[in-house]
Amino acid sequence: MNAPPAGDGSTDLSVRIRKSFRPRGRVDESFVLDIDFAVDRGFTILFGASGAGKTTLLDCIAGLQTPDQGRIGIGGSLLFDSASGLTLPVNRRPVGYLLQSLALFPHMTVQQNVQYGLHALTRSERDARCKEILESFRIAGLSQRHPAELSGGERQRAALARTLVLRPRALLLDEPLTALDAKVKSQIVADLRGWNERQRIPILYVTHQREEVFALGESVIALDAGRVVAQGTAHDVLHRPELETVAQLAGFENVFECAFVAAHAGQGTMTCRIAGSSVELEVPLSRIDQSRSLRVGIRAGDILLALSAPQGLSARNVFQGSIRALEQRDAMVVARIDCGGCTVEVHITPAARESLQLHEGGAVWLVVKTYSCQVWQGSGR
Amino acid sequence: MILQALTLTLRLAVTVSAILLVIGVPLAYWLAFSRRRWRFFVEALVSLPIVLPPTVLGFYLLVALGPVSPLGRWCQAITGHTLAFTFSGLVIGSVLYSLPFAVQPMATSFVAVDGKLLEASALLGASRWRTFWRILLPLGLPGVLTGFVLSFAHTLGEFGVVLMIGGNIPGATRTISILIFDQVEALDYAAADRTALLLLVLCFALLTALYGLRRHASLNLWEWK
Repeated sequence: MNAPPAGDGSTDLSVRIRKSFRPRGRVDESFVLDIDFAVDRGFTILFGASGAGKTTLLDCIAGLQTPDQGRIGIGGSLLFDSASGLTLPVNRRPVGYLLQSLALFPHMTVQQNVQYGLHALTRSERDARCKEILESFRIAGLSQRHPAELSGGERQRAALARTLVLRPRALLLDEPLTALDAKVKSQIVADLRGWNERQRIPILYVTHQREEVFALGESVIALDAGRVVAQGTAHDVLHRPELETVAQLAGFENVFECAFVAAHAGQGTMTCRIAGSSVELEVPLSRIDQSRSLRVGIRAGDILLALSAPQGLSARNVFQGSIRALEQRDAMVVARIDCGGCTVEVHITPAARESLQLHEGGAVWLVVKTYSCQVWQGSGR
Repeated sequence: MILQALTLTLRLAVTVSAILLVIGVPLAYWLAFSRRRWRFFVEALVSLPIVLPPTVLGFYLLVALGPVSPLGRWCQAITGHTLAFTFSGLVIGSVLYSLPFAVQPMATSFVAVDGKLLEASALLGASRWRTFWRILLPLGLPGVLTGFVLSFAHTLGEFGVVLMIGGNIPGATRTISILIFDQVEALDYAAADRTALLLLVLCFALLTALYGLRRHASLNLWEWK
């Protein structure tokens, strides 16, 4: 690690925290987030696989979750310090946090959304600040619209404007642009960079997409299993051989820790069980240490959903689950499906949701091809 | 006689639903967001009037408000009379009896508000108080309206509790439902018919208004300025 020393005033955001918790969907396992890094002003990409602890880390910095111990500081001032018992409440932290779902207030116009955090100012100051930020994000013409009347990219801009109009001293972005197409995404990033030229604050940008790291990143922090495993330039971090798994895992929305069950050498496959559940997966046979845990990655777009047990399929992995959540993100529906001890993320089109009449609580069958499962050696925990 | 009973009934329903709005909203908020372990206990307690026969609630209230209980004696010392068989006693009984009808729709609508919006509000520097007034209440308004109107309507049609703790005093505790009972007992079926029809029409109009308003509210609530 080549991180600059924390807390000497030269760095802007320094985080040293430890938190253990139970990840969503896993009952018997506890996860430890053990983070120590410091970043300067400007863009830093926080890169890691699904389940590496990225969102929890941002939640801790913003104050939505409280670490067990450690300290978090911006510039000279502390937001959290377990040694002195300091925990600044969420609404008093000078941190902007753009949630993945954006969470624009549906009953307010864009202008009302943007002015929401400015209630301490006078009306004319509010209007001026709002006008300025809407112009720098090119949505001044939309100020009287409601969020439901905006496109995905416009909603993104409105949510950014709402966060940045408060002039935070650090900005946290949780995979904000994943659902947008490349063109819209790069325009928004350009505007964000333009804004950052004027307001020099540290920006932590979370992603699990390798392409985004190269597109955005000067400075990258790689996270794996709750730890910082590398910090440096995008090229440095992604091309280190020992970090290959991190980079590869990162393209997968679903990463499961699994236990080896049996090898079927004749068929070129092996069976493993997802830890904490009874779901068994048939995956390609690969050269791994069978006595240690392994990891299986499945892209959310590679999973099929069916309403009844499908028959006569070549796919070897068919198991049942119930829909815990359905969330529309632009032209994509993200379904989280409970499969008895593990949660599987599946991406489908809105049309597929319509025609299958999917709803929360409904039962579905999941179909995964053996060759859609990517296998690596586990973290060995 | 009908007019007197009608005025009394409306006065009771307005008072009770107004009181329930004031105590129901904070109670619903607490039920929706508290992480206390004994929350389920309060939930059960609030829901009790749904399953309990009104006579049971009425009986306990009669005893509690009467001159033998400490509460009743305390009231007697202050006001000179006990609360039993008075309009105030009736209000207390009706508030307790209609509590679940106000609180449950309110709590349900608060829970249904996306938690991410409440987080976003805090992240934008808002206190819980501000989040409540600006985000939770506007988005949960259909449920609050439903709770308000249901408690109003429920009080209109109440009988058992009123009879137990209010008795049948014209102008003080004789509500429409009591009046009907009275008229039937006196074998004056024609009068009972008129009174019953009046209550029927009143309740139906109220519920029609509620559902019409709620349909409108869920569609256009966000346009309200």
